Amino acid sequence: MSPTRRSRQVAIVLATALATALSACSSGGDGGTAPGGATGTQDAVDAALREGGEITYWSWTPSAKAQVEAFQQEFPNVKINYVNAGTGNDHYTKLQNAIKAGSGAPDVAQIEYQALPQFALTGSLVDLGQYGFNDFQDDYTPSTWNSVKVGGGLFGLPQDSGPMALFYNKELFDKHAIAVPKTWAEYVDAARKLHAADPTKYITADTGDAGFATSMIWQAGGKPFTTDGKSVKIDLQDEGAKKWTSTWDQLVEEKLVSTIPGWSDAWYKALADGTIATLALGAWTPGVLESSVKGGAGKWAVAPLPTYDGGTPVTAENGGGGQSVLKQSSKPALAAGFVRWLNNGNGIKPFLESGGFPATKADLDSAAFKDKASPYFGGQQINQVLTAAAGQVVPGWSYLPYQLYANSIFGDTVGKSYAAGTSLDPGLADWQKALVDYGNQQGFTVNG
Amino acid sequence: MTSISAPVEAPPARPARTPRNVGRLRVDRKGWLFVGPFLAVFALVFLAPIVYAVWLSLFREQVFFGGTEFVGLDNYAAVLGDAKFWESFFRVLLFLVVQVPVMLGLALVAALAIDSARLHAAGFFRIVVFLPYAVPAVVAALMWGFIYGDTFGLAADLNELLGRKAVEPLSGDWILLSIGNIVTWEFVGYNMLILYSALKVIPNDLYEAAAIDGAGTFRTILSVKLPAIRGAVMIATIFSIIGSFQLFNEPNILRSLAPNAINTFYTPNMYAYNLSFGGQQYNYSATVAIVMGVITAIIAYVVQLRGSRKGA
Repeated sequence: MSPTRRSRQVAIVLATALATALSACSSGGDGGTAPGGATGTQDAVDAALREGGEITYWSWTPSAKAQVEAFQQEFPNVKINYVNAGTGNDHYTKLQNAIKAGSGAPDVAQIEYQALPQFALTGSLVDLGQYGFNDFQDDYTPSTWNSVKVGGGLFGLPQDSGPMALFYNKELFDKHAIAVPKTWAEYVDAARKLHAADPTKYITADTGDAGFATSMIWQAGGKPFTTDGKSVKIDLQDEGAKKWTSTWDQLVEEKLVSTIPGWSDAWYKALADGTIATLALGAWTPGVLESSVKGGAGKWAVAPLPTYDGGTPVTAENGGGGQSVLKQSSKPALAAGFVRWLNNGNGIKPFLESGGFPATKADLDSAAFKDKASPYFGGQQINQVLTAAAGQVVPGWSYLPYQLYANSIFGDTVGKSYAAGTSLDPGLADWQKALVDYGNQQGFTVNG
Repeated sequence: MTSISAPVEAPPARPARTPRNVGRLRVDRKGWLFVGPFLAVFALVFLAPIVYAVWLSLFREQVFFGGTEFVGLDNYAAVLGDAKFWESFFRVLLFLVVQVPVMLGLALVAALAIDSARLHAAGFFRIVVFLPYAVPAVVAALMWGFIYGDTFGLAADLNELLGRKAVEPLSGDWILLSIGNIVTWEFVGYNMLILYSALKVIPNDLYEAAAIDGAGTFRTILSVKLPAIRGAVMIATIFSIIGSFQLFNEPNILRSLAPNAINTFYTPNMYAYNLSFGGQQYNYSATVAIVMGVITAIIAYVVQLRGSRKGA
């Protein structure tokens, strides 16, 4: 082989590699703007499941291990390497690094609804519409289905959902003869009454949490984030946001909320001993209380989330997510088959057994699920409240295409208002400004 | 490299340029065989990351739309005009100016005490003071986080005892002090060992001479011990300066306990980390890291220069 020929071959190889890399880049760019979305049938998925193979799955859900075992029993020719790559941000950081590196990402990953647009728009996920999964739309609650659709594509199947409810320490409420609040105004009154009766007790703990704040704005009817292709609009001072801050400011300014950081050891302890009296969180909260706040057993109860007018109950989603197939996967059809089994097949059973709150209508409506009495909640049929909430979610919400980043800087901006015990509005304005700047740097056209 | 090959050439008398000389040069090439492995590792683990970081800092990539463009020194201009960067820089500078003298002062006292031969069980104290250095920084920060907790921690007990909120180690006003306390606890022992080993090599005749001249304990410390360990103090100072500028573990761990007191750009290192992993701004993050590296090198160099000039 002559040197020139050899170098020409090298050049061709390099050019091909470069072209592949470039096309990968450009497909990444177009992922979010492509209208419509792929369509196809499930035949490829069924064939892949028959053929078998090996795939990797990253998840931190408590049911993941049991689900993987059940799946492998049903499909002995498929091997699933289950990896718990960390919880929340740790998981996403690793996922982003693997995507950025171009290899090492799993075939299937758990991705929460708030993080999904970011991964979908960067072209990291497979549009499951090409496997005909759009047919499943009617199986899911509208709010969860809406959460896995990004720019017309279907980038995952919903696993759980988190319609918000008010979890409260009934023992403490009874002791101080405080009525369960039906409106947020009553909630603020309850906070005052409780703290006055016992200064060591607080209605709730809040040091500023982006997930909570966005859910509260959602419930108040706010729609601060709208995305249309490359154009993003941010308005964290819309009517809904203002409605929420006008209530919540009272709690922050009067120091009626505990400053124990969420998810810290002190927080769990405070939930057990009554220091923190209520939690306004998603329907997955019972699982957290049961596993990590054992001392609270028998004390807690569930009520619908307070509203602003005391009229028709409305709520928002808080947390929850599904499973997605990554573009890096060499077996996307098989990976899609696993996702279908997880969230639209036999995988739902082990999920429910481990205390999960489903996104599928059939399971939410089943009498066995609804009427189950919870020993932790003193025998209350908590799912009656929670499944009702699943149908009362305000429609039309969407997260930012870079919500993970947004959450990471929440403390830098809104956190200042919390620390100072002042109105949250200037903090939200700061947050908005930082988000507008970042979005414009990243190539979006952001108004706000 | 030149300093290595020069002595090889030097010893024989130098004849005029002869063919033989050319042959000798060829023989020298064999040296590459010996330094090659070192150079390869050196290039791979030291030069390549730096070059890569510099390379990264010249571009701007938009993660969402896949565009990477060459921006020259734009990132550097942005860092130099970035209020967040300077806020974090001045915070660690303040930390350095206060914490390093306190820590080195304590380390010096500890080293002199152990060296004084008047301490019972000096070996025991040496080990105990050094022990915190063996605790991983992450564990230390977690442990101190529990102590600092003003809901259930030691701080809470103290406040209860005093009947008011006297100490709030995790509040915005206290947090830098609290971090300084952790870092001091961790590194006093380490610096003590550096100073103690320098004290150990002071020749005995100096002490004898001082004793004959009638110098007391403190006079000996001032006129014999301190001048003798100036070099070690210099080294400890430079390590501490670099350590302060690289402050990361302690604030990053405490952030989960004090989310509103410690922001994402609390120290330059945290800023670079969060730019990278929170915002996927790898290019800007690399620029922050390089700028901070250069500033650290300059300050360490100036301190070293001043230190050695005084010694001369």
